[in-house]
Amino acid sequence: MDNTTIIAAASIITAGITMGAGVFGPAMGQGRAVSTALSSLAQQPDAAPTITRTLFVGLAMIESMAIYCFVVSMILLFANPFWNHAISAAGAK
Amino acid sequence: MRLSSDQLILWQHGFIKLNATIVTTWALMFVLAVGAKLITRKLATDVTISRWQCALEILVTGIVKQIADVGLAAPRRYIAFLGTLFVFIAAANLFTIVPGYEPPTGSLSTTAALALCVFVAVPLFGIGQRGWRGYLKSYLQPTLIMLPFNMISELSRTLALAVRLFGNMMSGTMILGILLTVTPFLFPVAMSALGLLTGMVQAYIFTILATVYIAAAASGRDQ
Repeated sequence: MDNTTIIAAASIITAGITMGAGVFGPAMGQGRAVSTALSSLAQQPDAAPTITRTLFVGLAMIESMAIYCFVVSMILLFANPFWNHAISAAGAK
Repeated sequence: MRLSSDQLILWQHGFIKLNATIVTTWALMFVLAVGAKLITRKLATDVTISRWQCALEILVTGIVKQIADVGLAAPRRYIAFLGTLFVFIAAANLFTIVPGYEPPTGSLSTTAALALCVFVAVPLFGIGQRGWRGYLKSYLQPTLIMLPFNMISELSRTLALAVRLFGNMMSGTMILGILLTVTPFLFPVAMSALGLLTGMVQAYIFTILATVYIAAAASGRDQ
């Protein structure tokens, strides 16, 4: 297997595993956050604006972990510097 | 496949390149500025006001209430910066409904610029409120050992602001592009609606996080 094949295979496999493993934790965390927010809304409906705003901010912070994994996966697939370097080296030969 | 509208070069002269992100941002600035000028030309204070003025008043009072809820004492002092952030990001994300438009917030350059604005604004507001010593002393809270961690957290939350907005908008446009090649009509319409929703939520999140950071810097003494 030459360099290009190794780089391509590693990038594709890593991109898939990154997405699969990377969204598992944030999804569990967001589920727990929403369930706690719902139970506190049921206990104190007057505090609904504060609870909702805090819930959204918390969800955004948790979501950004999944977004980091997504960005790395996209970079591996579409803007891969190692792949570009290997392709330009193979093209120059 | 294009990752963002940065790679679409519209005009080039030497090393000066005009890409689609810059042109779209200029168009957005023009629309927002001209729209605001037209709506606020004849402000009325009696019972019947024009619909556009009413909509703008709803927007302004809503943002003022949100800023006051977070804990900033005088919201009018900060609404110029925070309101502009919200209106720009919301408009940039909402115009996705126009065909052929790519949101400039789907490019890491724009979101990094917005995050840098927040990064600069937080010390500015903090020093304006508490003075140099008061603001710099907040980095030593709660103990002296926390100084490097506080500095790192400043940098990392700026990076998180940029990447969060970029990731959300870029994923929306990319999923739409991929789905359009797979199933023609029904699915892309649903994903487009979801993209609009996440765009508005992300605009709100960006502004609220900027407000929380400024509140922590400007009035940390009260905590």
